[in-house]
Amino acid sequence: MKLITAVVKPFKLDEIKTALKEAGVTGMTVTEVQGFGRQSGHTEVYRGAEYTIDFVPKVRIEILADDGDVDRLIEVLTSSARTGKIGDGKVWVTTVEQVARIRTGELGPDAL
Amino acid sequence: MELDSGNTAWMLAATALVLFMTPGLALFYGGMVRGKNVLGMLMQNIFAMGLMAVLWVAIVFSLAFGDAGNGGFIGNFDYVWLKDVVPALTDQEFLSFLTIPFVLFCAYQMTFAIITPALITGATADRLKFGAYAVFIGVWLVLVYAPIAHMVFGGGWLFDIGALDFAGGAVVHMNAGAAALAVVLVIGRRKGYPETPMPPHNLPMTVLGTGILWFGWAGFNAGSALAADGIAGQAIMNTFLAASAAMLGWLLVEKLKDGHATTLGGASGAVAGLVAITPCAGFVGGMAPLYIGLIAGAVCYLALGLKKAFGFDDSLDVVAVHLVGGLVGSLLLGFFADAAINPAVVNEGVFLGGGASLLWDQVVASVVTLAYSFVVSLVIAKAIDVSIGLRISDDAEDEGLDLSQHAEVAYAD
Repeated sequence: MKLITAVVKPFKLDEIKTALKEAGVTGMTVTEVQGFGRQSGHTEVYRGAEYTIDFVPKVRIEILADDGDVDRLIEVLTSSARTGKIGDGKVWVTTVEQVARIRTGELGPDAL
Repeated sequence: MELDSGNTAWMLAATALVLFMTPGLALFYGGMVRGKNVLGMLMQNIFAMGLMAVLWVAIVFSLAFGDAGNGGFIGNFDYVWLKDVVPALTDQEFLSFLTIPFVLFCAYQMTFAIITPALITGATADRLKFGAYAVFIGVWLVLVYAPIAHMVFGGGWLFDIGALDFAGGAVVHMNAGAAALAVVLVIGRRKGYPETPMPPHNLPMTVLGTGILWFGWAGFNAGSALAADGIAGQAIMNTFLAASAAMLGWLLVEKLKDGHATTLGGASGAVAGLVAITPCAGFVGGMAPLYIGLIAGAVCYLALGLKKAFGFDDSLDVVAVHLVGGLVGSLLLGFFADAAINPAVVNEGVFLGGGASLLWDQVVASVVTLAYSFVVSLVIAKAIDVSIGLRISDDAEDEGLDLSQHAEVAYAD
């Protein structure tokens, strides 16, 4: 089992969610986050004073998936989140040792 | 003279309009501070509606308008505790032109006394202790506002020499601006200023506040005619036109210098124009307010550089907008004052062929107002600082005014 984590542009969230649902994903967790990558921040000007804002608002999406689905879901994520401009974000995958469904107590792939 | 119902009706409305400016100012400033200090800012402003009103009727109205027309420095104690402040006309000679209830005149002037100290809060944003603020504005209203209001509005010395101030360019704006500078010098910079970015947390709030100020300013300036007459009509046109032109002036210079016409710039420019037209509102006509607004918008934008040049932290630019804006308006009145608009203009402005006589009087009144307000405000601020302390602790400043001063938060997570 794997945890797929994606950090993406907030305005892309709806499109990504639709694409993932069509690809068979039944659940996800979404968090509003801020950070920077190679895009870095931006400059704001208030009454002539320039401020460099390093942290840009992003959305983090987390999905638990079966090993066999991972490559397909990465493809769905990258294609639906892509604008082609710097700052589109990243997707990464980590191994998950155990998963439990709280309601039923099921463990492992059955709990996904 | 008899009570005039038309004039009274207008002044009732104008009084409510000016009172509404203070919550407008609260929003204007509140949007510009960081989210952890927004309640502190709103509270300082609305608190002025509490304390200043009580002090006004207790003693300050009397100090400002008692023995009006004495050509002096301060009024007397005739109207303390609202004595003789009646619903009929006043029998005081200097104010005998009034055709509205004397108590309404007192209420109208009260709204000015409320907003003037509230203007100062923009300069000291994010670091002024609430208790110290309360003491400061209370003492300041008595020692600074009362004499300046008397000297200019109450037939005191500056009125006598012939200086003109229609609605408070000196009494309200230069006065508050000079006081703001003094307090800022005593209290020091915000922690982390200027290295740490402190961007406005809610500019829509600031734009709403600007709208309320603009609306309320109709009462401030056209109400200062103290009648529903031609001068009031001229004043409302001048007020709105100057705000519009100043917005354009500010945005033009901003666009040329910084590359963008900003929302905050549009709002700030409009307020700068409202400030600058305040002394001129019922004394100029034609296209003069357009020129006054354009100049004020551009000059006030450029005046933002003062705090950087001199290294003081006037957080929300009270000096650039109110001190400089008030000064620009008061001096431009020396060029544009027009006796055809208002017979109270004895010496016309330079452009109307009146020579430099009025301009000189405006310079004197400006210098006296700025110097008096700055020096006395500095002494009051210093005295508070060494006694109860003007500034919140470092920890409280990190935590924010909302939690440290008022045990509240504006935005629950």
